[in-house]
Amino acid sequence: MTTAARQIRFERTPRGWLMAACAAIVLLAGCATGPDANPRDPWEPMNRQVFAFNEAFDEVAFKPVAVAYTAVTPRLVRAGVTNFFNNLGDAWSLFNNVLQGKLQASVETYFRLTVNTFWGIGGVFDVATEIGVPAHPEDFGQTLGLWGLPTGPYLVLPFFGSSNVRDALATPADTFGYPVTLVNPVALRNSLAALNAVDKRANFLRAGDLLDESALDKYVFRRDAFLQKRRNDIYDGSPPPEDEDPTEPQNSSGKP
Amino acid sequence: MNRRHLLASFLTVLALAAAPWARGADEAPDVWIKRLSTEVLDTIKADKSLQSGNLPKVVALVDSKIMPNVDFQRMTASAAGPAWRKATPEQQKSLQDEFKILLVRTYAGALSQVGDQEIVLKPLRASAEDKEVVVRTEIRGRGEPVQLDYRLQKTPGQGAGWKIYDLNVMGVWLVETYRGQFAQEINSKGMDGLIAALAERNKANARKS
Repeated sequence: MTTAARQIRFERTPRGWLMAACAAIVLLAGCATGPDANPRDPWEPMNRQVFAFNEAFDEVAFKPVAVAYTAVTPRLVRAGVTNFFNNLGDAWSLFNNVLQGKLQASVETYFRLTVNTFWGIGGVFDVATEIGVPAHPEDFGQTLGLWGLPTGPYLVLPFFGSSNVRDALATPADTFGYPVTLVNPVALRNSLAALNAVDKRANFLRAGDLLDESALDKYVFRRDAFLQKRRNDIYDGSPPPEDEDPTEPQNSSGKP
Repeated sequence: MNRRHLLASFLTVLALAAAPWARGADEAPDVWIKRLSTEVLDTIKADKSLQSGNLPKVVALVDSKIMPNVDFQRMTASAAGPAWRKATPEQQKSLQDEFKILLVRTYAGALSQVGDQEIVLKPLRASAEDKEVVVRTEIRGRGEPVQLDYRLQKTPGQGAGWKIYDLNVMGVWLVETYRGQFAQEINSKGMDGLIAALAERNKANARKS
């Protein structure tokens, strides 16, 4: 089936959902937008407020914890922690690769999962990458994107950060699909989830500081980078030119 | 048989003699990118002070090895959008200068990550007549491969080769990422406001290091 055919089939119902979700969010936000608004970010005033909240939270809590974690944990242990969570992530990626009909990626991800779980001692060592089988990370937001669900406006979620309406709709599935969510008892589950979050933040410390230093406006910088990155992820690194992509609203402003 | 051998040698000599010319005019864009990026990567690998982000040395590297292959004016103009053409030549120059400082500093900060990576070319989708092409590469090292793509334009005239006018790191195009930020500054404070904001950012970054 071609991508176009997929889009026609899936656009009818999810679009209704999307509209409902958008309407709810607009009502919540109750914000009008100025004439300079980016067509992909009609809720900029609300998003900026959530962004400011996330930044403040990061500054006083999240980042200091990640810095402390980096200071007290040896590099090898941190690599093991990252590998362990990536291996769990591979399970959810496998499911999404199958949903997206990516045969080779599915087979390779299945191979990674078995090899890393057994030979990599529960995923602590990424043996598969060492022997040349790369990861194919896919989440449910990408699956919905490939199925033709429109991106929808840009959205900043509290704690989760940059998102869009489509990814926000996929976030519950991505959360429940991640094996950590299935862990019992709850205390262990929460500890694992917290460790995962801190480890991810720690891995982003250097790059995050560097990117912030190269930004004129952190909010716009992160938004424009995120929107491009998500599109790129859906098309596995080679998205079509934007003016030929029916799932994207046209960015008419600011182009030379 | 002997004659054929002679012909082969003759052709080889001819090919070697023509090589400097062929390199400039007819080198395929992806081969050119691979050669250029490998050269830069090797320079960085061989020099510890570059890896530690020694700014004057990084600037020297950028000016000698990278900038001659980049159409930086086109990059800046494209990021600035329609306001570029209304700007005075002085404004255009200041904007390019400040934008370059900002990018070089980011680049310098990223060099500490250079280790045993190598550049791998992905298949090129372009025909020989194309004036603009996208070259896709991947940096492979430890962990996840990093996507690194280039937009190239053919420079007019014989033997001039290619120039880079945009760069994509992990799916994010550099020019597009700055376009929104530039537009915002220009809309609220004009071209001089944008230049001042960039200069301010650069000063703040310099104080931090």
